[in-house]
Amino acid sequence: MNTVLAAEAGSTTARNLTITLFLIFVAITLAITVWASRQTKTATDFYAGGRSFSGFQNGMAIGGDYMSAASFLGIAGIIALYGYDGFLYSIGFLVAWLVALLLVAELLRNSGRYTMADVLAFRMRQRPVRTAAAVSTITVSIFYLLAQMVGAGALVALLLGIKPGTTFLGMDADTAKVATIILVGALMIIYVTVGGMKGTTYVQIVKAFLLMSGALVMTLLVLAKYKFNLSSLLGDAADASGKGAAFLEPGLRYGVETPGDALKTFYSKMDLLSLGIALVLGTAGLPHILIRFYTVPTARAARKSVLWAIGIIGAFYLLTLALGFGAAAIVGGQAITAQDKAGNTAAPQLAEALGVDFFGGNLGGATLLAIIAAVAFATILAVVAGLTLASSSSLAHDFYANVVKRGETSERQEVNVARISALGIGAVSIVLSIFAQNLNVAFLVALAFAVAASGNLPAILYSLFWKRFNTSGAVWSIYGGLLAAVLLVFFSPVVSGAPTAMFPDHDWHWFPLSNPGIISIPFGFLCGWLGTILSKESDEEKYAELEVRSLTGAGAH
Amino acid sequence: MSTDTPASAPSESTAERYLAVQRSDEFAGLRRALRGFVFPMTVAFFLWYALYVILSAYARGFMGTKLVGNINVALVFGLLQFVSTFVIAWLYSRFANRRIDPVADRIRAEMGEVNHEHGPRG
Repeated sequence: MNTVLAAEAGSTTARNLTITLFLIFVAITLAITVWASRQTKTATDFYAGGRSFSGFQNGMAIGGDYMSAASFLGIAGIIALYGYDGFLYSIGFLVAWLVALLLVAELLRNSGRYTMADVLAFRMRQRPVRTAAAVSTITVSIFYLLAQMVGAGALVALLLGIKPGTTFLGMDADTAKVATIILVGALMIIYVTVGGMKGTTYVQIVKAFLLMSGALVMTLLVLAKYKFNLSSLLGDAADASGKGAAFLEPGLRYGVETPGDALKTFYSKMDLLSLGIALVLGTAGLPHILIRFYTVPTARAARKSVLWAIGIIGAFYLLTLALGFGAAAIVGGQAITAQDKAGNTAAPQLAEALGVDFFGGNLGGATLLAIIAAVAFATILAVVAGLTLASSSSLAHDFYANVVKRGETSERQEVNVARISALGIGAVSIVLSIFAQNLNVAFLVALAFAVAASGNLPAILYSLFWKRFNTSGAVWSIYGGLLAAVLLVFFSPVVSGAPTAMFPDHDWHWFPLSNPGIISIPFGFLCGWLGTILSKESDEEKYAELEVRSLTGAGAH
Repeated sequence: MSTDTPASAPSESTAERYLAVQRSDEFAGLRRALRGFVFPMTVAFFLWYALYVILSAYARGFMGTKLVGNINVALVFGLLQFVSTFVIAWLYSRFANRRIDPVADRIRAEMGEVNHEHGPRG
């Protein structure tokens, strides 16, 4: 079986085909963006796509925003290398949607307008709360954005098959990485500044469709190879991994047991619990997900969009399970780590192997590899556009219009500022990504989830359900949760004091876990409670308005 | 959206109308129904998920028990998390369609269209 990613005969074909397919995707999405820009006239069009999307469309777009390269390539890769433990991620990411469905989506849709802060600041003093919300929105989005862009850079050399010592269009692998980051950054800026929410949403829908189709076809091929017998696929995967039955059980990656070192085992298990909590509570605090609920006309449509999203995302994670174990069985762990130590190329490598098996030799392999590689790029592109939109909306609507200008600004001015912000945030992320190229990508995503769960979620839940909650409580919970998450990570083995750390040669770590959630999330809730009871402020009338609006949709935008 | 937009009496401010609605029995019933469903359900799925994560960390022997062929408890437990998520989503949607939407629509209709003086603060 040929599992070498860039099989000589197919490599040029695959590369050309990947680039062609990717350019077709870019051309189609740019055409959509230009079309969307003609429909974008008001601030509501720019921030919320005119609130004209249906529940199904928005459900697809949520899927598009959520199924990042980290999900598609990352989870398939973790399953391929560590077996069952990758599945833990999928489950956390999916169950998390129940928090959004039951507690957040509809109430937020009814009471907010463009950003997360609309709900947080509804009954509070505008300037402090909106400043805090903008800070946390931009922090979460930038961490997430960096993860995607650095990931794109790392993938391109592999997916285009640029080996050390060879060049592509005169670029070696390092130059190609930088060029990719700049290209991805430039495209996302165009999508957002030109197309606004309407353009970005259609890009997400197209991407979600492509990703689901690609994953479905590959899964069917994997299952067909095993005559739809899941047990024999699992058995083969376990055998090929060399770890036997342990490959199908939790514990190879998270909650690792170190015999004779009880403390290390304890910390490792706490880390697993911490990750589990952050995954399930982070989603409903991600600003780029929350603003998607504003793109539909009613709370009922927001509910429908979450239901669709749960269906689409759930199905997708079931597919990645088959892809991960398929890659372990068909490609094999050794061939995967030879390409990429983190396993991010497991899915594309599987595509190539399946193409060779089913569609006649190297050409078939090259073709399927090219399709999946192009889908991976499309995935990254769509997610970064969503993130850029979320952070520029917050900068313009929360910080510029309501903090700097104290609400005294025109819609047109505000949207112009949002466009300039998108340009600025895009430029900053391009520069940061180029410098952060060697950073561990997974840690950036985990940090984004931890900050969202520790800073944003407590403030959102208190705002919607706790009458007594006030300005001081909102500010405390956002800054408290945010700082706790960031500082704990800074003093964790992820940043220093471990061979895999950002600074492996230094050691200032004292916090033993790599995920801060188990401490920082309760801390965020505690800060919100403490801040509230230490302040006398309470606005009964505004709470009545918020509660009636959020539950009934009266006066909703 | 309701069409009967009463010319709201100038004596009654928007804030007072919201307070009046919030204090009405009908609204209290709506709030009780919603919270009575979503709070217990949230606790239930969170505990169910926590049980899964804790078993993954501390009950490796149990999770590794093979059921059919190479399919073990861990895999089935994980898939059950998918099933429970889908079922809870479906139950909530049925509940909201039957018990929440009609009451919310009625209250909104009774209030008429509230006319807000909106600045950019939204």
